[in-house]
Amino acid sequence: MRVKITAEPGSTMAVETGSWRMEVKPKFLQKNCIACRLCYLVCPEGCIEGKEKNTYHTDYRYCKGCGLCAYICPKEDIVMVKEEEKV
Amino acid sequence: MNEHLLVSGHTACPGCGQAMGARLVLDAAGPRTIVVNNTGCLEVFTTYYPNSAWRVPWIHSLFENAAAVASGVEEALKFLGKEDIQIIAQAGDGGTADIGMGALSGMLERGHNILYVCYDNEAYMNTGIQRSGLTPYDAVTTTSPSGKYSFGNPRPKKNMPEIVVAHGAVYVATASVGYPQDVIRKVKKALSMKGPKYIHLFVPCPLGWRHPGGLTLEIAKKVVETGLFPIVEWEYGKITRVRKIKPLPVEEYLKLQGRFKHLFTQPGGEEEIKRIQEIANFNIERYGLKAG
Amino acid sequence: MKDIFEGSEAVARTIKACRVGVISAYPITPQTRIVEFLARMVAEGELKARFLNVESEHSAASVVLGASATGARAYSATSSQGFILMAEVLYNIAGLRLPLVLTVANRALSAPINIWNDHQDSLTLRDAGWIQFYGESIQEVCDLHIQAYRISEDPRILLPVMVCMDGYILTHGHEVVDIPEPEEVDRFLPPYKPVHVLDVDNPVSMGLLAGPESYMETRYAIHKTMEEALEIIPEVAKEFEKIFGRKSGGLIEAYRVEDADRVIVGMGSMMGTVKEIVDELREEGERVGALKVITHRPFPGKAIYQALRKVKEIAVLEKAISLGSWAPLCGEIKALFQGKEENPQISGFVIGLGGRDITPENIRDIFLKWKGKVVEAEFVNLNPEIVGKGAEK
Repeated sequence: MRVKITAEPGSTMAVETGSWRMEVKPKFLQKNCIACRLCYLVCPEGCIEGKEKNTYHTDYRYCKGCGLCAYICPKEDIVMVKEEEKV
Repeated sequence: MNEHLLVSGHTACPGCGQAMGARLVLDAAGPRTIVVNNTGCLEVFTTYYPNSAWRVPWIHSLFENAAAVASGVEEALKFLGKEDIQIIAQAGDGGTADIGMGALSGMLERGHNILYVCYDNEAYMNTGIQRSGLTPYDAVTTTSPSGKYSFGNPRPKKNMPEIVVAHGAVYVATASVGYPQDVIRKVKKALSMKGPKYIHLFVPCPLGWRHPGGLTLEIAKKVVETGLFPIVEWEYGKITRVRKIKPLPVEEYLKLQGRFKHLFTQPGGEEEIKRIQEIANFNIERYGLKAG
Repeated sequence: MKDIFEGSEAVARTIKACRVGVISAYPITPQTRIVEFLARMVAEGELKARFLNVESEHSAASVVLGASATGARAYSATSSQGFILMAEVLYNIAGLRLPLVLTVANRALSAPINIWNDHQDSLTLRDAGWIQFYGESIQEVCDLHIQAYRISEDPRILLPVMVCMDGYILTHGHEVVDIPEPEEVDRFLPPYKPVHVLDVDNPVSMGLLAGPESYMETRYAIHKTMEEALEIIPEVAKEFEKIFGRKSGGLIEAYRVEDADRVIVGMGSMMGTVKEIVDELREEGERVGALKVITHRPFPGKAIYQALRKVKEIAVLEKAISLGSWAPLCGEIKALFQGKEENPQISGFVIGLGGRDITPENIRDIFLKWKGKVVEAEFVNLNPEIVGKGAEK
């Protein structure tokens, strides 16, 4: 008899960790972005996406609001805003 | 599904340096990679039954044997004639420098074509912040607390990179998530070489070091800029590159973290900070880190 | 090939015939010659396998874990201290449901250090989820290895198997052994087709963290598989007999038990001696018999019960003791008859620890001198110079 003891690749995407956010979340202004991809590189959740300039955004279903994207953006094009704010 | 090889939905703390580091390593390595992981935070927060955040073949066995399991993976691939598959064995600082030393030493000595990555958050974090052989001098952990008779951990970090160099690894590098493109470059460089390679990756731990998650990158840069974590590259035993710094005083780094707070409040703390500065100065001297 | 072989060489040649792909080696007496023979065969090109000298038994087991998980048939061997050093990994292999065969050249456990034979090492891990076989002769041990791969890799089982052979007695003894060629084994043992495998074209994650809500089911699955193995092991032994023409393996061997009043139950090479004494005593009119337990895990309770239910006195002879309680097999056989209408006398004898020789006289005494008496864990043939007069206050 066997039960499943292996996991399918990427199956954690069923877990929406965005619910962890309490106070702040990142707002991607998409104004001065130079597509340096640093935000994409540093996000510990890997939930920032984008291609050309001013297309970068996060997936709020997974974003935990750590603020590292806002810290690293060289153009200050990402700001941390209150969780309630509409983005 | 996002395009990373380590995806979202994992349960790392917000701002976790190791989650960042592991994803940088995996993405740099690419999909034709088998990963062998020791027990620790990374394994725990990515593979809670029935899910996994890994999009490459991945195995977790025990706390200390990733290097040995990876050796077996490599031998099996050789026997089966499967080529062009990379193998990464990875572990935390405890799983590498303490309990995993034997297996790592054997893997290096046998010359396996495996990249070993040590995610150094300077303590046994997954079990609740206990001291390891890579906990820095005077850092507070639950098993090296400060107190009337203690300034925290009484020993300096074990020099893992040089131990690995002494084993004859073909490529050894230290890196910090404060410089993500450097991490990617080093992973790609390592994987382009045949033989055992080792990357020692500095990954801040907001929970264990007592700092806000948003300061992870700042701390990961300051540790380098003070000389406390030298960024060095060795190829075939010789230093080929170091990251030059304009050294900052160690206080700039220590003051950002709760685990060093006692050095600024406890009597005698000033002397201790001086000792930590000596460690930084020693590194700067030894590896020629000073710019200009 | 039929010839006189040293046990270690016979096992090595059998492993070669099983087309093993990855071998990890760490020396410990009395297993060492097995891996030495394998190393020589690899060096000469006789065996096309990857041979790895590792830095400890913990890593030896970890290497074959990784190899099996990657889809290669793997092998290692150990004894005693090495075996318990790799204990952590052995539990891990069973939990990961990875096929593997391990030779345990049974040897006593330290301290004090002793390199000679008893069963304390392998019996220590009887809870680990490994199938355990105990061979009586070099021939049976070799045959058990071949059956072990077949059973271990069966997708209905996927549990690792340890083949236990008495250190020195079987590893260093010489016998006439019939070792099949790889082509002959091919007819019985198909190539390894892994179920759980690390494959870049089909990635999965193995070795997850299972919380209280999911861990228990994984143990239940192994336990149920052990029950299912009780059916599969005799089937495999039967098919082995069909293809290779000799009886080997299975759950138990009942020797002249049908009409016996007194039966000795035991495992491994000493059962050869026991069977000889049974024949002698039968000539003298004693109704005695022997029950050899070949498969110790899964525990063949039903088969043992069926064989022994008409027996009045059962003496369980073991080269082991669970210090502070009965010897393992004795305790399990006592439990077997609990609540049954038959009520045999079951005595436990501890014999041969640390390689203490087991003589025909010992066996005769157990059959004859202990008639009518019940003992729980009687240590046979202790040295009165060390205990008794020599014992410390």
